[in-house]
Amino acid sequence: MKGIQVKALCAIVAGVAIGIGASGQASAETPKHGGILKYVVPDEPPSFDGHIETTFALIHPVRPFYSVLIKVNPENPSSTTDFVCDVCVGKVPEATDGGKLYTFKIRDDVKFHSGEKMTAQDVLATYQKIIFPPAGEPSARKAFFSMVESVTAPDDHTVVFKLKYPSGAFIPALAVPFNWIYQKAKLDKDIHWYETHIDGSGAFIFEKREAGAYISGKRDPDYYIKGRPYLDGFQAIFAKKESLRVQAIRGDRAAIEFRGFPPKSRDDLVAALGDKITVEESDWNCVLIMTVNHKKKPWDDVRARRALTLAVDRWGGSKYLSRIAIVKTVGGIVFPGSPLAATKEELQQLAGYWPDLKKSRTEARRLLKEAGVDLSKTYYLNNRAVDQPYKIVGTWLLDQWKQVGLKFDQHVFPTGPFYAQLRKKKDYDVSMDFNCQSVVNPLVDVSKFISDDRAGNNYGSYQDREVDALFDKMNRTADPAEQRKYMREMEKLTLDTHANAFITLWWYRIIPHRSYVKGWKISPSHYLNQSLDNVWLDQ
Amino acid sequence: MAVTSAEIDSQLAAARPPLAKAALTLIRQQPLGAVSGLLVIVMILMAVFAQQIAPYDPIANHYEFMQLAPSAKFWLGTDQFGRDILSRIIWGARTALFIGFSCAFIGSFAGLVLGVTSAYFGGWFDLLFQRIMDVFLAFPLIIMGLAVVAIYGTGAQNVIIAITIPLIPRCARVVRSSALAIREIPYVDAARALGFGHMRIILRHMAPNCMAPFLIMLTTFLGQAILLEASLSYLGLGVQEPTPAWGLMLQGGAEEYAESAPWIAIFPGLAITLAVFAFNLFGDSLRDTLDPKLRSR
Repeated sequence: MKGIQVKALCAIVAGVAIGIGASGQASAETPKHGGILKYVVPDEPPSFDGHIETTFALIHPVRPFYSVLIKVNPENPSSTTDFVCDVCVGKVPEATDGGKLYTFKIRDDVKFHSGEKMTAQDVLATYQKIIFPPAGEPSARKAFFSMVESVTAPDDHTVVFKLKYPSGAFIPALAVPFNWIYQKAKLDKDIHWYETHIDGSGAFIFEKREAGAYISGKRDPDYYIKGRPYLDGFQAIFAKKESLRVQAIRGDRAAIEFRGFPPKSRDDLVAALGDKITVEESDWNCVLIMTVNHKKKPWDDVRARRALTLAVDRWGGSKYLSRIAIVKTVGGIVFPGSPLAATKEELQQLAGYWPDLKKSRTEARRLLKEAGVDLSKTYYLNNRAVDQPYKIVGTWLLDQWKQVGLKFDQHVFPTGPFYAQLRKKKDYDVSMDFNCQSVVNPLVDVSKFISDDRAGNNYGSYQDREVDALFDKMNRTADPAEQRKYMREMEKLTLDTHANAFITLWWYRIIPHRSYVKGWKISPSHYLNQSLDNVWLDQ
Repeated sequence: MAVTSAEIDSQLAAARPPLAKAALTLIRQQPLGAVSGLLVIVMILMAVFAQQIAPYDPIANHYEFMQLAPSAKFWLGTDQFGRDILSRIIWGARTALFIGFSCAFIGSFAGLVLGVTSAYFGGWFDLLFQRIMDVFLAFPLIIMGLAVVAIYGTGAQNVIIAITIPLIPRCARVVRSSALAIREIPYVDAARALGFGHMRIILRHMAPNCMAPFLIMLTTFLGQAILLEASLSYLGLGVQEPTPAWGLMLQGGAEEYAESAPWIAIFPGLAITLAVFAFNLFGDSLRDTLDPKLRSR
């Protein structure tokens, strides 16, 4: 047994080493054209509209059909500052007018797959929909653009963004990979058209969707980046079960899964396939959140909400859950490792992060009693039918809450009904929710925690003007020290004093893939670098 | 010489074989039935006394004991959350039997009443009713279960509904065929002639005479319901974590840990197999015992 473990460890080390070596070599190798990339996707998209969705289940199979205004440099996807133009011309423009004006020139060789030429009017209509959606229309990233005063297109080749104040968060917000460029004509006719249809200008043309099975795309011969894409096409195969996805890669029925596997699956694949597998690993700008329904008793009481977080042993959870799930790092509302993130000492001052677990749980029990929470009742945890890490973290939380006498039933739904429950029905007491961002941009990433009438993706049904004010102050200062100060205050209010919502554990991204997949580089987000135009197969 | 009823009772009691002897006869005549009966009893005892028997809390996570192989401390090992597999199997018997018995009893009793009623009234009512049954029977059990869960959602209560609905027409169809023959027996005509109501004739005169096929269906349904519950849980559509349920235990660990910690999958799989095996064999033995044609062979 020990021998097998040593063998597996050696294979892992070799695999990772090969992976590092391979990524180093990738740029030196000459890409080959042809082939179909088959990859597995753990879930199906709830709709096809990138502007309202927030899930990898949409990005992975559908992003290759679309282009965006700017994107994170695919050759350097871990960078938080390296952005390049996609449908704009040249380099990403510098701000003028004291940092308040950005003027983008749009390429004139971009065509939608339906045949129409893309103009600045399409880019304008797209950003109008994202930043200023009509009343009642959802936009998941509206709050990212709170600094934008107006968007205009003075001619068919120019788009101008005018900001209310200079903001370092603007360019990263523009580079979010969900900001797909849609056709103005289609949006004018029906703003919901893109929820059920696909018509982009990306490297691949939509070919077929077999519900429950796959989405496929074929190479766009008229793609505006000459010589790209390298692949003839791709097939995104839906496989909800992790074991199926692992076996698909093991049996070479798929080459890669872009979301991330737990350590166990990486070890199995490397042990079985050796140098045929390349492993890439990264911290992950993704975290599961406990969204508490503030409209439902007893969770309208801050004491009851604080008890929920005080019951959770995050430090212990990190140690144990990281062995079976894709979660690892203990953190606050900011991506750990970011200069704006809380240090361990700062975290330990917050409810739910205290180093003394016994004291924390005693306080939780006291608060529950004081708030008159009915401990004989069974409460409702809404969860998503995705094993990694939703169901594992959900099961862990039930055990944590049980330690202070709270009993929850876990109600697990597929993605569509899960979102319906989270966003509309809201019958739950607590719901699993997530804050998975693409570009590491803490100033706007934390917009999920501002009032629900400002953030398009806060489902906790609360308004907290103190938090909103801190968010605004933080976004209007260019001084990193001041930003950090406001961030700490906002974090303290959100996670502790007002106990609005809670962080579980931050994710850790592990991508073991077939070594013949080249050109793709891991990033801190499973949303980034998914246009696939730079991917090629060394076969 | 007059004989009192008390004397007759005592003579009958003396003529009756002692319990042990009867059991031995059963074992000799139906050895598989006896073994399966024993397994059923063990399972029922496990379910009833789970609290007393289980060595650990089945839903308590012990992170320091994650994925431990079977040992003296954890006889069947632990799962990925450090939960004792033996305790979860013992408590899982309660989930399986609760859902199994609920579905089997409700499904077969509803099927009994509907089947006998359909046979009793006959004519257009029987014709229409049987076509409705045909529609339900056209769907395989699991598909029907999946459809119901998709509509009503997951959870024990909905799983019971999902499994019970497709069982009803299966029982109704079998019971109806028995009831059709019973309907022609003169005592049913006699009951009608005496002016008894339909309900009384159906429930007190016809239904009790359909008991043999009914009991066989009931025991068969128990096995089927347990298997279906496990299947739905395995597909993530049954009961949810952390409820101890055999299918759910398989779903949680079978595939991911099949190589590194096979005990996570083997023991719940074995529990499902034994339970279904026991109930099916028990049903077969019951059929052999209750069916006069088979008994005479």
